[in-house]
Amino acid sequence: MRIPCPFCGVRDITEFTYLGDASLSQRPDPASPDAAKRFHEYVHLRDNPAGLHDELWYHGGGCRSWLTVTRNTRTHAIEDAKLTRASKSRAATP
Amino acid sequence: MFLGSGGSIFPPLRFYAAMRYSIFSLARNALTGHRHWTEQWRKASPRDAYDVVVVGAGGHGLATAYYLAKNHGISNVALLEKGWLGGGNVGRNTTIIRSNYLLPGNEAFYEQSLRLWEGLEQDFNYNAMVSQRGVLNLYHSDGQRDAYARRGNAMRLHGADAELLDRNAVKAMAPFLNFDDARFPIQGGLLQRRGGTARHDAVAWGFARGASDRGVDIIENCEVVDLAIEDGRVVGLKTTRGDIKAKKVGLAVAGATSQLGAMAGLRLPIESHVLQAFVSEGLKPLVPGVITFGAGHFYISQSDKGGLVFGGDIDGYNSYARRGNLPVVEDVCESGMALMPQVGRVRLLRSWGGLMDMSMDGSPIIDRTPVGNLYLNCGWCYGGFKATPASGWCFAHLIATGQSHPNAAAYRLDRFASGAVIDEKGAGAQPNLH
Repeated sequence: MRIPCPFCGVRDITEFTYLGDASLSQRPDPASPDAAKRFHEYVHLRDNPAGLHDELWYHGGGCRSWLTVTRNTRTHAIEDAKLTRASKSRAATP
Repeated sequence: MFLGSGGSIFPPLRFYAAMRYSIFSLARNALTGHRHWTEQWRKASPRDAYDVVVVGAGGHGLATAYYLAKNHGISNVALLEKGWLGGGNVGRNTTIIRSNYLLPGNEAFYEQSLRLWEGLEQDFNYNAMVSQRGVLNLYHSDGQRDAYARRGNAMRLHGADAELLDRNAVKAMAPFLNFDDARFPIQGGLLQRRGGTARHDAVAWGFARGASDRGVDIIENCEVVDLAIEDGRVVGLKTTRGDIKAKKVGLAVAGATSQLGAMAGLRLPIESHVLQAFVSEGLKPLVPGVITFGAGHFYISQSDKGGLVFGGDIDGYNSYARRGNLPVVEDVCESGMALMPQVGRVRLLRSWGGLMDMSMDGSPIIDRTPVGNLYLNCGWCYGGFKATPASGWCFAHLIATGQSHPNAAAYRLDRFASGAVIDEKGAGAQPNLH
């Protein structure tokens, strides 16, 4: 597998570390009244789809950016890779 | 082994629908040209309704159906399989059996499983080639020795066997290992003599034959496409071979757990990952038992045909592809070279991948679900093969009685919310690190 890093170009998978589902970049609010339940869901529960999956990879062997990669878990084909910080701020913009 | 199975040498006479295997049946068929062997299990078509439907005719599903019929007298059972019997992880593992666990929630369960392995062949009248050739976990530092001493003590407290070997004892047992590796010299090992290997496919076939004999319908090429749920209870299944009503449904579908769970509206603490395994060309006898490298993740044994069977880490990312990537192949082979440099000249014959239902603490789930009459068996990570008999035993107990078996009582679905996790490795909720 090779991941197209927005900074570094297409690089071998050994340069990257996997974290998991992209929802892990959105930590629940610890002050919310149902924080315990939401943290349980955040830490433990996963959609685990067979097909397209948004997931977090860390490019430790390159630009040291967190990437949000859209990958097909059935075929390992990578559809998209973007900077997690940028995609997050885009999501926050109305 | 024979007497230890808990039964007498002379089992009670009973009638079997299928032929009972023995030295006499072998001789009789040999003398008649092997023309009279009968099929080992029935090809069944789905009926309209069953008392229990178990989804997944892999090792755990087959064992569950077998023990439902044998231990609980529940034989109006269908076992549904989307592919072919035993075509998933029970057909693609490294066949190791052992009970060398540390934590109380695990060790009693895996020791029960090892005891069931010891009597399994006599119990289901099938040669599963259970071979107690020993499992040796090597240690390479003082700290690792202390950790293994603790693990061995925990095993013995649960009635399992464990011996802490020093360097010379390991050398006497496996002189071919690389003892003087500059970085990771072998200092000794933790040995479980009762551990070993079994013939994985024969385990599936033996359970299938035993279950089918007792009336279980094993239905292949029958994929579950939806679950019928009314008033919070499961009442049936929609399949590619028609609708089936069921009073109770058990799921034992390993890598496909999240998909079946979603049909019941459940979001589960599971990620599906791919694990690769490898087998070399056949060699003369070299590796006496199962040996694991303590300074990396690598385990190796030698099959009765002579091939070296080995594996290592999972690839480390969500996958349903049943094939892995090359960096892990390299990593596994490097660990093998560090342990046994002579394997560098051996050719690799085959490698394959299977889908692991990785749980959030590395331990399995055998429990009820929030949906009535729906039961869940999953989260085996990459250690499900050794658990096959006890998993079936305890899952059948849960489905039949509605109560958890004492040895599987810790395998609760709600332990992640309550905090009562069973994390052997201490890796936390990071499935690719278990």
